[in-house]
Amino acid sequence: MPESSMIGNRIRERRVMNGMRQSELARRVGISPSYLNLIEHNRRRIGGKTLLGIADALEVEPALLSEGAEATLIHGLREAAGTQAAQGVETRRAEEFAGRFPGWARLLVDLHGRAEALQRTVETLTDRLAHDPHLADSLHEVISTVTAIRSTSSILVETEALEPEWQNRFHRNIDEDSRRLAEGAESLVRYLEGAANTEAEIKSPQYELLAFLSANGFHFPALEGGAGSRVAQTIVAQAEALVSDAARRLALDALEQYRADATRLPLERVLEEMRRDPAPERLAQVFDCDLPTVFRRIAALPESEAGLVGLVSCDASGALIFRRPFPRFAMPRDAGACALWPLFQVLGQPQVPVRVRLRQAGRGQETVLALAAAEQLAPATFERPALMRAHMLILPDRSDRGESAGGGPGDALVRDVGVSCRICPLRGCAARREPSIVADGF
Amino acid sequence: MGRRVLLIEDEPNIIEAVSFILSRDGWDVKTHSNGHDAIDAVRARRPDLVILDVMLPGKSGFDILHEIRSDSELSGMPVLMLTARGQVKDRELAEQSGVNRFMTKPFSNADVLEVVRSMVAS
Repeated sequence: MPESSMIGNRIRERRVMNGMRQSELARRVGISPSYLNLIEHNRRRIGGKTLLGIADALEVEPALLSEGAEATLIHGLREAAGTQAAQGVETRRAEEFAGRFPGWARLLVDLHGRAEALQRTVETLTDRLAHDPHLADSLHEVISTVTAIRSTSSILVETEALEPEWQNRFHRNIDEDSRRLAEGAESLVRYLEGAANTEAEIKSPQYELLAFLSANGFHFPALEGGAGSRVAQTIVAQAEALVSDAARRLALDALEQYRADATRLPLERVLEEMRRDPAPERLAQVFDCDLPTVFRRIAALPESEAGLVGLVSCDASGALIFRRPFPRFAMPRDAGACALWPLFQVLGQPQVPVRVRLRQAGRGQETVLALAAAEQLAPATFERPALMRAHMLILPDRSDRGESAGGGPGDALVRDVGVSCRICPLRGCAARREPSIVADGF
Repeated sequence: MGRRVLLIEDEPNIIEAVSFILSRDGWDVKTHSNGHDAIDAVRARRPDLVILDVMLPGKSGFDILHEIRSDSELSGMPVLMLTARGQVKDRELAEQSGVNRFMTKPFSNADVLEVVRSMVAS
């Protein structure tokens, strides 16, 4: 059977492996179950958007469906080579390598995947070290105790003819401090062990808000269709992820914004228009609203309808105040994001939205599509500047698969960006504000 | 009576150790252990040198340093910061706030003595 006619079998195998019903997959992709049935029995040719949609819904690379496991291996090798392009890897011979040494090739791809996972762990831990107040306090406690021990023990060793009372006193202090140090170190280890499960460690109102929104998939069906503010209050009151009053206030604000956006862009109509053409600027025209409203609305749709979507928002200080994570684009927790993100670019040009393909350092050649726009929350007065907020919508980049990224002339350009300077390996970056532990050989 | 040092630090055993080594070196050491009224202690004691921790209960060492530099009668007072926060940005913030010297914990007693002597001599 020719290669192309096997696509249906692979789709069926993967769907069954994922425990998904045919009707569910068809619904997610936006095709009829009977059409999907024909595809799965290799009675319809498939490609383009439908193949990409199915691959997205099944969470696999399209190449795995269209070309099989060997093609995926070759794709993995090319991705691994992409991160080492400067070292002269023979990427053109990836196919030959995979064919002659499939075991070694799989090992290489596997190691590359692990290196990427470790990179993300480093990013998470570094971000915590820089911004986590609990960790900062714990480290401060440990260092203070070490300081007391060092200073006291030096006195005991270096002071000649130290009076017995002082000796006893300093011995007691060292004993006391060594116990504190042991407790502090144990507590720190317990805390760092918990870092592996980053979502389980919630330490600030913003983290609580993110956990709350994530737990709900960023979508609240009860707030669709003109729900009153009492519904939002009930959702917040019943949310287990919201522990602090500050987080509950933040959540209430977020849900009020959600309610306003849902009123302006009703769910059924948005979905209908998105099926017709999901370009945000077109939706803004259709619904007569600004781009930030459309961005927020798209990021509040269920993933089964909108596909993969990320959104990050900041205020004029650059502090990140909202994040809907995107699996292939890392975002720091609070602040200190890469200055090259278009998110910050639009703060200085609120009337001009930006669309650009981004390639984030440390993630091979993979790109995402970023759409950024700023809004003014309140005009300037003589006492203070205008209150600005910027938003960046992140979508899968399909321009390298032969699909338009939205028709803009800048589609072909790719901007290299990082996560934050501390963990960014980009060399010679004009926007760098501090040295990188990665570039320095961490 | 030796020259006067005011040690503003909240860790009791560090207070005891630093007080001991400075006293043995001939300094008249007074201590204060919280941030919120530290500036009152500086005004009352009028020391020749202030040794200041950064993370204090009530008010940060950076804020206290700013208060010292903003007071016309205290603005010239030498200040040595001793802190566990040794990041570049903390050092820069301390320098912008007008600190004379900056030392990170853990420190050696000999280094502290040397720096204190040099600061007051100069």
